[in-house]
Amino acid sequence: MSSVEERVRKIVVEQLGVSEDEVTLEASFVDDLGADSLDTVELVMQLEEEFGTEIPDEDAEKITTVKLAVEYINAHS
Amino acid sequence: MLENEIALVTGASRGIGAAIALGLGEKGATVIGTATSEAGAAAITARINEAGFKGEGMVLNVTDPASIDSVLKAIAERFGAPGILINNAGITRDNLLMRMKDDEWDTIMDTNLTSIYRLSKACLRSMMKARKGRIISIGSVVGSTGNAGQTNYAAAKAGMIGFTKSLAREVGSRGITVNAVAPGFIDTDMTRELPEEQHKKLLSEIPLARLGAPKEIANAVIFLASSAADYITGETLHVNGGMYMG
Repeated sequence: MSSVEERVRKIVVEQLGVSEDEVTLEASFVDDLGADSLDTVELVMQLEEEFGTEIPDEDAEKITTVKLAVEYINAHS
Repeated sequence: MLENEIALVTGASRGIGAAIALGLGEKGATVIGTATSEAGAAAITARINEAGFKGEGMVLNVTDPASIDSVLKAIAERFGAPGILINNAGITRDNLLMRMKDDEWDTIMDTNLTSIYRLSKACLRSMMKARKGRIISIGSVVGSTGNAGQTNYAAAKAGMIGFTKSLAREVGSRGITVNAVAPGFIDTDMTRELPEEQHKKLLSEIPLARLGAPKEIANAVIFLASSAADYITGETLHVNGGMYMG
């Protein structure tokens, strides 16, 4: 069973088409990994599916880095 | 041509919607046609079966988010997620603006414009994942020309064009195209309601000197739904015998 962090990083790599070593915990989806606004929407969709949770829009907006995504998942599952 | 495609056509029990549903079915798509009543849905199912096409009719109220949710769930379970959405359902509540009631305005906005927002949004998620999709909304020539007695209808149809262009920009990078087809004067129940005098006047404005057939609108929709139209998005295709040349 892979950790939440590994699963989140895998999704980010696939969704944004970036290499694994770019996806550090502190990496910002938009500023560091080149995500556009639609990418971030899709990223949240993927996280919802992977972790079987619904992320409300107001929370989704705050998930801007790998670390924040991992923290959110840990707090809500 | 459209084998393995699943198409959702709203307002498919008669007129243009019925022709679109059958036209897509003929090209091999699995077609889910919606109607507001059980009888309408049953008629769609019967028509699809008789023609030997895949798909069925379902009851959908396009102004009710819960109804949209449950229909999309049912489609996903039985057939899979629609990759082609045809926003066709529409009604008229004509009146001079001076006499127009709030509910005549609101009903048209809700049924003809807000419905395409709701349905497009509901279908987008699976299209984004699939990295392809087609959203085609049926507008009207009056959205471009205006028409006395139809401020509500024309505003909704013009709004649809702005919606179409904006969404086309949003989701183009995901292989999803968003277009509109704007029929002119087509021989359907909706235009048969027009007074004789207005009928005559309209005919005199059509270079091809006849009403269009629902099938002629369906042909434009089939084209936009097919891979032949891969590079067309944000466009409004006018099909009107020349009565308005965009």
